[in-house]
Amino acid sequence: MKVIVCIKQVPDTKGGVKFNPDGTLDRGAMLAIMNPDDKAGLEAALRLKDEYGAEVTVLTMGLPKAADVLREALAMGADKGILVTDRVLGGADTWATSTTIAGAIRNLEYDLIITGRQAIDGDTAQVGPQIAEHLDIPVISYAQEIKIDGDKVIVKRQYDDRYHMLEAKMPCLITALSELNEPRYMTPGGIFDAVNAEITTWGRADLKDVDDANLGLAGSPTKIAKASDKVRKGAGEKVIPDTPEDAVKYIVGKLDEKHVI
Amino acid sequence: MDFTLPKEHEMARQLFKDFAEKEVKPLAQEIDQEHRFPRETVEKMAKYGFMGIPVPKEYGGQGCDTLTYAMCVEELSKVCGTTGVIVSAHTSLCIDPIMTFGTEEQKQKYLVPLAKGEKLGAFGLTEPGAGTDAQGQQTKAVEEGDEWVLNGSKCFITNGKEADVYVIFAVTGKVEKRGRMMKEISAFIVEKGTPGFTFGTKENKMGICGSATYELIFTDCHIPKDNLLGQRGKGFNIAMHTLDGGRIGIAAQALGLAGGALETTINYVKERKQFGRAIGQFQNTQFQLADMATKVEAAKLLVYKAAKKKDEYKKDPKVSYSVEAAMAKLCAAEVAMEVTTKAVQYHGGYGYIKEYDVERMMRDAKITEIYEGTSEVQRMVISAALLK
Repeated sequence: MKVIVCIKQVPDTKGGVKFNPDGTLDRGAMLAIMNPDDKAGLEAALRLKDEYGAEVTVLTMGLPKAADVLREALAMGADKGILVTDRVLGGADTWATSTTIAGAIRNLEYDLIITGRQAIDGDTAQVGPQIAEHLDIPVISYAQEIKIDGDKVIVKRQYDDRYHMLEAKMPCLITALSELNEPRYMTPGGIFDAVNAEITTWGRADLKDVDDANLGLAGSPTKIAKASDKVRKGAGEKVIPDTPEDAVKYIVGKLDEKHVI
Repeated sequence: MDFTLPKEHEMARQLFKDFAEKEVKPLAQEIDQEHRFPRETVEKMAKYGFMGIPVPKEYGGQGCDTLTYAMCVEELSKVCGTTGVIVSAHTSLCIDPIMTFGTEEQKQKYLVPLAKGEKLGAFGLTEPGAGTDAQGQQTKAVEEGDEWVLNGSKCFITNGKEADVYVIFAVTGKVEKRGRMMKEISAFIVEKGTPGFTFGTKENKMGICGSATYELIFTDCHIPKDNLLGQRGKGFNIAMHTLDGGRIGIAAQALGLAGGALETTINYVKERKQFGRAIGQFQNTQFQLADMATKVEAAKLLVYKAAKKKDEYKKDPKVSYSVEAAMAKLCAAEVAMEVTTKAVQYHGGYGYIKEYDVERMMRDAKITEIYEGTSEVQRMVISAALLK
C-alpha cells in the first residue's frame, strides 16, 4: 500500500501574525511549522504504515526551506520526501497549487492521498479536493476516522451536528482534520537519519500533464485586492433590562430590526 | 571553533522542548508533592527513544551522540528535575557501563531492553560508609561454583525499586597495591526479582521528590557467574569511568534547572508590578538577570564541551574527558543553586510557595552539588589533573 501525504510549511501563528507594509504576510519574521491539519494527515498515514506496512511519501510545494517540514515528517517515520520548488511556481493560488501538486503526483504510484483539510495561513480548504479533481479520483473531506477494508477506505466524516460514514474505492483522496488524532513526536534517531536523508527535488520540468497557463502567479485566477489584519469589533451596546421578559422583548426587537427574524 | 549547533541538534532540542512542555511540565508539581515516580512519563519517553539516545541502533538505541543525550536531560530538567535524573541515572549509570564493559551476551540480554526503555536501569555504588570514599565498600561478593553470592547493602540509589537492572559494586577480595593491601572491587549486573535482593527504606528527600531513592539489600543473593561486569577487580575503574559520564548527565540536569529558573524568572519580572512598574524595569533586576543568563551560558558551554569530549573518547579511548566532566558538573551545579536561589528571590513571597515552580527548582538544584561526586570531589579531580 502506497500513501502520499501532502504537507505545507506555514507560519506559526502562536507567536502572533506579522505583516509586511503591503498587507501580505511577513513569513520571514514568523517561525515556520508543519500545518496542523497536515500533521494529523501524516499521523493517519503513519498509523497505516504501523498497521499495514504502508509506504509513506510526503510531498510539499514551496521555497527550498520547505524541505524542513519534509525532514520533520521523515523524523516522525515517513519513508520518502519530495519537494516541488521552482521560481515559475511562485505566487500560486489554490488552483495553480493543486495543478502543480497533481502534476507531481502523476509521477508516483499511490493507493491513497491524504491532505490536511486546510492550511492555517490561507484557510481555503480547496487544494485537497482540487487535487482529487485533477487526478479524477474520489475525495472524502473532513475525515475524523480512517479505516482500510481490502481495496476500500471507510471514513467517518465530520458534518455540522452529525457525521457521515463513507466508503470509497482506492485510489482516492482524503482530507484530514487536526482532531483526527494526536500526532506522534519525532525520535532522536529519526532526526539524525532525516537530516542526512536525500530529499527528491522537482521543478516545473518534472510536472506531468500540466499547462503553463495554470501555474504560478500568472496561472492563478484569484486576484488579491487587499489583505488586512482582523478588524477590531466595536465595543457594542450594553443593556440591563429590569426583567427577563423585557430582555426577551429587547432581543426579539433587535433581531426583527436587523431582519434576522 | 564552531559554536553553531548542527541542524540535527537544533531539531532534537525542539523535540525535547515540545515533549517537556506537553508531557512533563503538567506533572512536575504533582509528582513532587506526592513523591510519586512518573511511570507514565517513562513509558512515553521509552516510546520515543529517549531512554537509549547514545546507544547504537544495533543495540536498540537511537544512535545519537552524547550531546543529544545531554540536551535531552537539560530540556527535561528545565521543567522537571526528577524526570531529568531518571533518564540520566538510567543512561549514564546503567546503560553506559554495560555498553562499555559488557560482553556481547550481556549487551544482548541487558543493553537492548534498557536502550529500548523496556527495562529501567540503576547503579549501586554508595553505601552508608562509602560515599565520596568508594574504597570504603562493605558489600561483598563471594564466588561459589557457577555463581556469585552478594551480601551487604547500598544506599541513596536513584531509580531504586522502580528499576529492573542494577549495576552493583562489591568487594571480591584483597590486592596489594604499592605495598598496601587494598580492597578488590568488582562490578556485577543484578536483576530485580533475584532471590535475596530486596529494597529497604525509600528516602524522604528535600528535592527531586518524584525520583525513587531506595536502599538496596543483598542477603545471600545468588547471581550467575556471567553477570560479572568487566574483569574481576576492575570495579573501581568501571565505577570511576561511569561516574565521569554520569557527571555530564547531572551537569545537564543542573544546567536545565538553572535555565528553567531563568526563563521562569524572565517571564515573571515582566508581569509582576510594584511601585507602578514591572519589576523587570528596575535596573537591579536587569543586572541580576544579566548575571544569571551569563552564568547559565557559561555552564552550557562547559557541559556541551564535556559531552563532545566524551564522543571523542568513543572514537579514541586515549582521550580523557574526566576533567571536562568534573568542570561541567562543578560549574553547572553551583550555577543551578545560585540561579534558582535568585529566581526564588525575584519571585518574592510567591517564590517561597509550593505552587510556584521556582520553589521546587531551588530544592531540586541542591542535590546536583552533592550526588555523583560532590562539588568538593569535582575540585579534587580537577586539581589532581592540574598538579600531576
